[in-house]
Amino acid sequence: MDNVVLSRAIMGTSLGFHIVFAVLGVGMPLLMFVAEGIGLWRHDAAWLALARRWAKAFALIFAIGAVSGTALSFELGLLWPGFMAFSGSIIGLPFSAEGFAFFIEAIFLGLYLYGWERLSPLAHWLTGIPIAISGAASSLFVVMTNAWMNSPTGYVASGGRVIRVDPLAAAFNRSTPTEDVHMLVSAYLVTGFAVAAVYAAGFLRGHGDALHRRALPLAMAMAVVASGLAGITGDTSSRFVAGEQPIKFAAQEGLFPTTKGAPLAIGGVPLPDQHRTVLAIEIPNLLSLLTTGDPNATIKGLDAFPQDLWPNVLIVHFSYQLMVGLGLALGFCGLLYWFLAARRRAPPIDRWLLLALVAAGPASVVTMETGWFVTEFGRQPWIIYGVMRTSAAATTTPALGPTFAIFLLVYLGLGLTLARLLLRLAQRERQNATPIDTAPRR
Amino acid sequence: MTDLTLADGVAGILLLALTAYAVLAGADFGGGVWDLFAAGPRVRAQRTAIAAAMGPVWEANHVWLIFLLVGLFTAFPTVFAALSVALYLPFTIALLGIILRGAAFTFQTHGYEAAGELAPWGAAFGAASIIAPAFLGAALAAVAAGSVHATSGPNVTTGWVSWLAADLALLAVALCAYLAATFLMVETEGDPPLQADFRRRAFGAAIVSGVLALIGLVLAWRQAPLLWSELTGRGIWLLLIALINGPIAAFAVWRRSPRVARVAVAAQIVFVLWAWAVGQWPALVPPDFTIHGSAAPETTLLALTVTIAAGMVVLAPSLWLLFRVFKGRNPAA
Repeated sequence: MDNVVLSRAIMGTSLGFHIVFAVLGVGMPLLMFVAEGIGLWRHDAAWLALARRWAKAFALIFAIGAVSGTALSFELGLLWPGFMAFSGSIIGLPFSAEGFAFFIEAIFLGLYLYGWERLSPLAHWLTGIPIAISGAASSLFVVMTNAWMNSPTGYVASGGRVIRVDPLAAAFNRSTPTEDVHMLVSAYLVTGFAVAAVYAAGFLRGHGDALHRRALPLAMAMAVVASGLAGITGDTSSRFVAGEQPIKFAAQEGLFPTTKGAPLAIGGVPLPDQHRTVLAIEIPNLLSLLTTGDPNATIKGLDAFPQDLWPNVLIVHFSYQLMVGLGLALGFCGLLYWFLAARRRAPPIDRWLLLALVAAGPASVVTMETGWFVTEFGRQPWIIYGVMRTSAAATTTPALGPTFAIFLLVYLGLGLTLARLLLRLAQRERQNATPIDTAPRR
Repeated sequence: MTDLTLADGVAGILLLALTAYAVLAGADFGGGVWDLFAAGPRVRAQRTAIAAAMGPVWEANHVWLIFLLVGLFTAFPTVFAALSVALYLPFTIALLGIILRGAAFTFQTHGYEAAGELAPWGAAFGAASIIAPAFLGAALAAVAAGSVHATSGPNVTTGWVSWLAADLALLAVALCAYLAATFLMVETEGDPPLQADFRRRAFGAAIVSGVLALIGLVLAWRQAPLLWSELTGRGIWLLLIALINGPIAAFAVWRRSPRVARVAVAAQIVFVLWAWAVGQWPALVPPDFTIHGSAAPETTLLALTVTIAAGMVVLAPSLWLLFRVFKGRNPAA
């Protein structure tokens, strides 16, 4: 494999690993804050116990997020020196702001995790506010830099050298509003469904105690609100991409010929060599309608662009279909849960629904990862859209193959150990649970 | 001239971040070293004291590195790229050390309750705590000796495989261990036998780091004329302050004054770094990169400075609160 492929493989693995912990770093603090707040407000020991239990798990998750994020800071230079030499001064502002947000999150998390006995209950609860805010701010800041790679603005270059920079214009580029908001709500979506899956599994295995009866509805509340917002912002994003990066849009929709009254292709296999997508269910005029509001509008297909500017159509189309399909299924799951809860005036714990929620946890992670696949694979061959090709940005170092192998092993080891520890932690917490936590179910 | 002043100011801020990382995270790395070399009848107590001291602060201490990296690629992007290319291997190894150190520490401390001793991760914590500062020290040696060039090709051993780099790698580990031993003497003031353990370790580290520092000076004199001229030129007074703090720290350890010793060991690290930085000014990465020649456009520097100033308004009181709560008068309570 050449250096560009290996650099992309290492960066993609690192990002795909880190993002799982990053989204939990955004969402978990909000859940902990709400649980502890309700516990203090109602003098409810079970809510407080829940916040403590989540904090123990979150300590592990946050640390893995912190070290895998550090890997990314290094890898920006180690793998993409050409990209960083050009764009460091342009996108440095949101990165530095993210640095501060992360700093604040780390500091207050230290206070939160180790301060249960040292701070008053109210002061302890209040330390949750900067954690939740800085977690969300980190996501907003860091996605700004990715948005800039999609919509590079705010600088003047001459002879490959950046000579003038407007850092604010670069940070608040055209892609920022849609990408930023869509990622933030997706972080809450993944957290909601991931936590719900843990407690749905607990119910299924007969551990449905007072903590489970509090945790599952809270997680599902976050999940359903976030899915609704993710649907709206996802739709906005797609329509934005249609105008901003029509090649990416054509690839995600599997559309080859430029078409008036374009149909929406559901599923299907794009065959770039034959310039067509086969085996898709086509709904006439729907793509034009969804994209522009006019069923007869013309949508540019891949054939309107030179083939060397096409991304990997198969990956982009497949990822996009998976993201949309799973996203809709997740939203349906959330609505169903609350529909049943409202009708029965009690949170539902039917076996089939719990099984679906257990599946929804990993599915939400896949939804988010495939969303990033669309963004990243869809932008190729560019690292900075229309400005710098990915192949021009990669490092020339000879040691990339072993690096990739080692990082894969490290991430595998970290992931497996973390999973094992979280399971053990849950087991131990149940054994040590006080009577109030294990009050019998109604 | 404003442009020049601003670039120098940003370089100065990055030096402060490097200093903060070296001292604060250095002590955490040293804690890992003593975790690995925990011995005697109080092995468990030694490791518990190390975990208790590091637990609440290591992640915040670690962020200085992120701050440094981000500040460097924002304000001096071409330097960041050149360093990443020339020092690919030491940086990658140090990065693996940093990842494994943090993960292993967390697995050990937060996982202990659930799973007991995690044998491979305990050793990984100690080993990674040596690897990370050693390879960062070697990388720093390569920069200081002027071995990183704008045209440094993809040669994985460029500049950092030398006797000076080897010495500075070991010195970095020894200083981290020394620093940690004095910090831990403060943390264990309520437990004399345990404090005596760390006092013995502080003495050992003092001797080792003293010898390595003197070897480093000789090697710089013989093999790195650029570094030698910088240290003995404008940086000479700062270097002398660092050297004077050597005996002061050792004396304070002997007198069982860990708070004085802690400051004196930190001062050695701080003033050596400053002697190097002031000595090589206006170069950032000698000989090819000067601060002014490699700085980002002025609006970027200005935006970065404003961001840092605004960030500090939030950060400073937060850090004060963190250390006030966990490193106050009764740290072990």
